[in-house]
Amino acid sequence: MLALVSPALLVILALIVLPVGWLAWQSVYHDGFTLENYRRVFTEDVYWRTFALTFEISLAVTFIALLLGYPVAYLADSVPKGWSILILSLVVLPFWTSVLVRAYAWLALLQRTGVINQFLRYVDVISEPLALVHNTFGTVVATVHILLPFMVLPLYATMQKIPNDLMQAGASLGASPSLTFMRVFLPLSLPGVLAGCTMVFVLCLGFYITPELLGGGRTVMVSMLVSRNVELYNQFGAASAVAVVLLLSVLAIFFVVSRFISLDRVLGQK
Amino acid sequence: MNMKRNFGVGCALLGAIGFATAADAAEQITFVSQGGAYQQAQTVAILDPSAKKLGITINQDSIPDAWPAIKTQVGSGKPIWDVVDTPTGNCLRGGEQGLMEKLDFSKIPNGAAMPEAYRSPYSVSYEFYSSVLSYSQKTFPKNAPNSWADFWDVRKFPGRRALRNHPFATLEAALMADGVAPDKLYPLDVDRAFKKLEEIKPHITVWWTSGAQSAQLLNDGEVDMEMAWNGRVSAVAKEGAKVAYTYNQGILQSTSLCILKGAPNLETAVKFLNEAVDPVHQANLPLHIDYGPGNPKAFETNVIKPERAAQLPSEPANAAMQALMSYAWWSSPAGEAAEKRWASFMQK
Repeated sequence: MLALVSPALLVILALIVLPVGWLAWQSVYHDGFTLENYRRVFTEDVYWRTFALTFEISLAVTFIALLLGYPVAYLADSVPKGWSILILSLVVLPFWTSVLVRAYAWLALLQRTGVINQFLRYVDVISEPLALVHNTFGTVVATVHILLPFMVLPLYATMQKIPNDLMQAGASLGASPSLTFMRVFLPLSLPGVLAGCTMVFVLCLGFYITPELLGGGRTVMVSMLVSRNVELYNQFGAASAVAVVLLLSVLAIFFVVSRFISLDRVLGQK
Repeated sequence: MNMKRNFGVGCALLGAIGFATAADAAEQITFVSQGGAYQQAQTVAILDPSAKKLGITINQDSIPDAWPAIKTQVGSGKPIWDVVDTPTGNCLRGGEQGLMEKLDFSKIPNGAAMPEAYRSPYSVSYEFYSSVLSYSQKTFPKNAPNSWADFWDVRKFPGRRALRNHPFATLEAALMADGVAPDKLYPLDVDRAFKKLEEIKPHITVWWTSGAQSAQLLNDGEVDMEMAWNGRVSAVAKEGAKVAYTYNQGILQSTSLCILKGAPNLETAVKFLNEAVDPVHQANLPLHIDYGPGNPKAFETNVIKPERAAQLPSEPANAAMQALMSYAWWSSPAGEAAEKRWASFMQK
């Protein structure tokens, strides 16, 4: 057995463990052992503000993605097979477009002379263009769009596994459709909710291009802080420390989630 | 800080061709620049003629931000690059950190003939660009903003504004807006500059991070005036956008050539460096792209027509209207502290 998996273990060692270990090493070693990089991360309020904003945006994105994604997944689950394939394809389709292209597409939609503002002015709803982009709002909108599939797919996978018999049983005992949904379907779909939310939240924590292009410079997320640290301090240790803190926060989140649900489920294995 | 040009596929291709022919040449160097239309232009204007004249092979590589690669290559003790075209600050900082070869100017007569402000013990300036005040001619058909004081004057010049999300040139602009003369900027009064920036901050719609983004903002009419690199504005104007810029109080910036410490082909690299700043080669560059020659003697060669020269940032009369960025100051402890302060300024 070990002989069979050892090539895979070697690949993981070479591609993941070594680079991450090197990253962690760099963050504490610069002409000798130093915690200077971490001191900076934990004491300077710029870092606190960035981490706080990143978590706020990630929470908002996760919440909105859940609100939008749940009905879509529910619909895909409850319609006949052909229709659900169509719905899921539409969900997955944007995946094949580069994140950069989608960011610029959102610019074309949201900016001052963009499609939405032009339309609203044309129909006389507004007289001055709305500030829809180059702020946190634009960042959240585009990020939700990019991450929505990561919410819909785990939700759909979970809903697929809920036996239809249970709903029928509920109905046969006299419960209204909304009551069966609230008492039977919703609780059984919660593992999917947790899985989807974890995926979206964690992916959002590491977003870079979208806030860079749509945030107008004020919406600074942690990943941007990593690149800024290379520029600012001219040493990779500073950037590595930020990356390590972000990585540890993600691992902590996974740890907490794993107390409630099997991690295999979050990662879509079962 | 090096996103001023697009990182083009064309240059990867050029690099590949260079490598393919490298094996059978006696003398060769590996030259690194920033890719895109810019590297193509210098290949035609400077690199090919230099290679021909010196009888050497120039292998090309390109990278948008060379700094991390320079650090790792020299740090590993076995650099594979020889000459790098990179923002001057990188050459100075690299020189201080022992990553660059100290230049022997007796072997670089073309460099020695350049003004002292245009070179350092580790580098010679190679091309100039400028951070200028640009504006939409639709918003300002006449009485356009013409100085940083105008940019800061939101009553007289209402409109949406953008600045670069970086302290380079932005701090200089703030000080000029506050009345400091272009030739009296350094050492920068950092406190005064940030105070002035706080004033304009609420009126800045976008703090841009890449040259492409700045061009798009102007092109789409997302902002009415902004600080941008002259080449980006003229590219947008050529495509038909109603935009213009002024060199008045522009901040003249350069990239320089420097040689990596322990470069594999040091001697050839020095020869090339001298050839690359030859006035005639240098004069060829602006025939292919909107950047100015690093060697001012290029303007005396008659290669550049007067009307073309008038458009270039380093043309003497244009240069006189501008502030020359002091990379020495920016790589000093005070400059680095100012750079770090930018991050907290942005997030307040």
